[in-house]
Amino acid sequence: MKRVALLGMPNTGKSTFFNRLTGAGARVGNWPGITVDLLSARILLAGQMVEVVDLPGIYNLHGFSEDEQVVRRFLETQPVNLLVLILNASQLDRQLALALQARQLGVPLLILLNMADEARKLGIAIDTDTLERMLGSPVRLMSAKFGTHHREAIQALEDALRAHPELRRADAQAFREDLHIERALDRLVSESVHTPVQIPPTVTDRLDQVMLHPWLGIPILLLILFALFQTVYGLGTPLQDGMEWLFGHLRAALLEPAVADLPRGLRSFLAEGLYDGLSTVLTFLPVIALFFLAMAIVEDSGYLARVAFLVDALMSRLGLDGRAFVMQLMGFGCNVPAIMGTRIMRSRNLRALTMLVIPFSLCSARLQVFLFITTAVFTPTVAPFVLLGLYVLSIVLAMLTALLWRGRYVSHEPLLLELPPYRLPTARFLLHESWRATLQFLRGAGGFIVLGVILVWFLTHYPFEAQPAGPATLAGRLADWLEPVFAPIGLDNLLAIALLFGFVAKEIVIGALAVIYSAGPDQLQAILASRLDSVQAMSFLLFTLIYTPCLSTIATIRQEGRDWRLTVLSVAWPLLLAWGVSFTFVQVARALGY
Amino acid sequence: MPLTLSDLPTGMPATVLALHVGMEQGRRMAGMGLRPGMHVRVIRRSPFSGPLQVRVGHTDIILRRSDASRIEVVPETRQPVQA
Repeated sequence: MKRVALLGMPNTGKSTFFNRLTGAGARVGNWPGITVDLLSARILLAGQMVEVVDLPGIYNLHGFSEDEQVVRRFLETQPVNLLVLILNASQLDRQLALALQARQLGVPLLILLNMADEARKLGIAIDTDTLERMLGSPVRLMSAKFGTHHREAIQALEDALRAHPELRRADAQAFREDLHIERALDRLVSESVHTPVQIPPTVTDRLDQVMLHPWLGIPILLLILFALFQTVYGLGTPLQDGMEWLFGHLRAALLEPAVADLPRGLRSFLAEGLYDGLSTVLTFLPVIALFFLAMAIVEDSGYLARVAFLVDALMSRLGLDGRAFVMQLMGFGCNVPAIMGTRIMRSRNLRALTMLVIPFSLCSARLQVFLFITTAVFTPTVAPFVLLGLYVLSIVLAMLTALLWRGRYVSHEPLLLELPPYRLPTARFLLHESWRATLQFLRGAGGFIVLGVILVWFLTHYPFEAQPAGPATLAGRLADWLEPVFAPIGLDNLLAIALLFGFVAKEIVIGALAVIYSAGPDQLQAILASRLDSVQAMSFLLFTLIYTPCLSTIATIRQEGRDWRLTVLSVAWPLLLAWGVSFTFVQVARALGY
Repeated sequence: MPLTLSDLPTGMPATVLALHVGMEQGRRMAGMGLRPGMHVRVIRRSPFSGPLQVRVGHTDIILRRSDASRIEVVPETRQPVQA
C-alpha cells in the first residue's frame, strides 16, 4: 500500500489538513519502535488506497526532543511514497528551514503553504514559482481551515503520488548532518517572500493589550477558566447524574426482572458487577465530550499559550508549566478528562508529573461525599470550614506532590512556546476533537474500568450467601486483616470496607455506607452522627480526599501515561500520603484530648 | 558587558548577535526563528519575573527570562545613519 506522511511545525494547521483530508476514518496506531500513538487513516487517492500518517509537529529534523525523535525514527524505519510538508504561509521566514532540511531526506516532497488567508491579510506576498524552482518540489497555497484551494492541494497530492509509485525510505545520513542552512534560508526567503516593512498592529495585538495586561491578565484568566468550568460541569455533571439515574432505573425495571431466575451469584455478577462496570464507563462520556470541546476552544483559539505566559512565574517554581495549571483547575470538576487533557504537553516527564498531581484536585464526586458527611457529623457553623479546609488541603497536597516528585520527573524542555494569533476555531474541528477523545476513553480506559468494578464487586459480594459488604465477605475479611493499618487512623472495619468501595468511584461511597450499616439514606446521617466522633469523621474525610480518586482516574493514567511505574506510583503515593495525613491528624487530635 | 534579550527594554528593536546556549536549545530557538541576525523586539514582560513575549520576524514567542539572558542582542539605531 502507498503511504504518505504529513510533516510540519506546530501551529501550522497540519492536523486540520489531516482531518479535512481523511474525514472521520482516522485511527490511533502503534508503529514498531515508536513510543507515541500516531494518527493515521486509509483513503482513496489517485485510484488507490493510501495510508496517510500525521506525524507530530516539530521545529527541526536534527533535534532531540521526544517528538523530533519520533519523527526521525518513523522516517528512518517506514518507507513512504511522499512526504507532505505543511508550512504556515505567514511565517515562512523561519518555517522554510524545515523545507531545506526535509529536502535532504531524499524522499519526494510536496509543500503546502497553509493559512494563506492570514498571510494575505498581513500583506505577505509569496512567489510559489520561485519556491518550486529553488526547492525542486511542487508548492501550493491553501487554507485547510476554510477549505480554500483544498482541491488544488489534493490534485497536487495525487499528481505527486502518480509520479512516485515506489516506496522510499529516508536517507538516515541526512538526520546526522546538521547543515548550516542559515544562508540558504536567508536567500530563499529574500527571493520568494515579500513582506511589508511595517506590519500594522493586528487584532491580536490589540486583544493582547487587555488579555495579557500586567494586572488585568490574571483576573481575566480566572474569569475565563471559571466560565469554562461552569459550562463543562454545569452541563456535564447533571448529565452524568441523569445517566446514573437512568441506568439505575433500567436496572431495576429491565435487568433485575430478566435475571431474577438465575442463580444468586450469576445474578449478582450481571446486575452489580458487569452492568455497574459498563454504566460507570458510560456515565463519564458526557463530561469528557464537553471537556474536550472546551479545551479545543482554549487551545485552538490561541489562548492556552497565553495562559502559560500569565502563570508561568508561579508554575515554574513547582516544576510544572501553565498548561498544568489549566488541567489542575479543571480537575476540580472531574479528574478523568483533566488527565486526558495533559496530552497537549509534549514533554513526557512534565506530563507524568502533572498526571501525578491532578488527582489531588477535589472533584465533584468527592464533594458529594464531603457534603453528606460534614452535614451529618458537624454542626452547621463548623461544616463549611471543614469543607473549606479540605479544598485548601487539596491544593497544598498537589503543590507538595509536585515539589517532592519534580526531581524524579525533570522536564528538560525550556519553556519556549509560540504565541499564535487569536483564531476562531471551526465547529467542525471542535466536534472532531471531542468525538476523538470520547472514543479514545472508551477504547483505552473502558475495559480496565469494567474489570476493576467487577473485582471490587467480587470482593464485596463473595461468598454469595453472605450479606453483601458484610464482615463475612472477602472485603470484610480483608478489612479484618488490615485492622492494624486502619485502627491507628481511627477507622473501624466497616469504614474500611466503604473505602474499598470508594476505590471504584467516590459517588458510591454513601450508597456503600448505607448498605454496610443496613440503613436507608435518610437514616444514614443519624447513624453516622451517632457512630462517628468528629475526629474519626475528619480522618475518614481526609483519607477519602487524598487516596485514589477513582478507578477511572487510574485507568486513564495507565492509558495516557503508558508507564506502569507511573500508574503504580499514582496509586501508592496518594495511599501513603492519605494514611500519613490521617494518622498525624488522629494522633495529634487525641493527644490534645479530643 | 553585552546586552541580553532579558535586559532589552520593552519595545526597543534589536538584532540577535549570538545565542549562548547548548546545541539542542539553540536548535529549538532557531526553529522558532531565534538565530543570529534576526530582528527581535520584546513586546511585554509577564509580572512576577514571568516569561517575555518576544517578536521574532513574523512569530511571537514566549520564553523565560533565564533563557532570554543567554541571548546576546544589539539595539538597532532608530534612525538610519546618514553616510
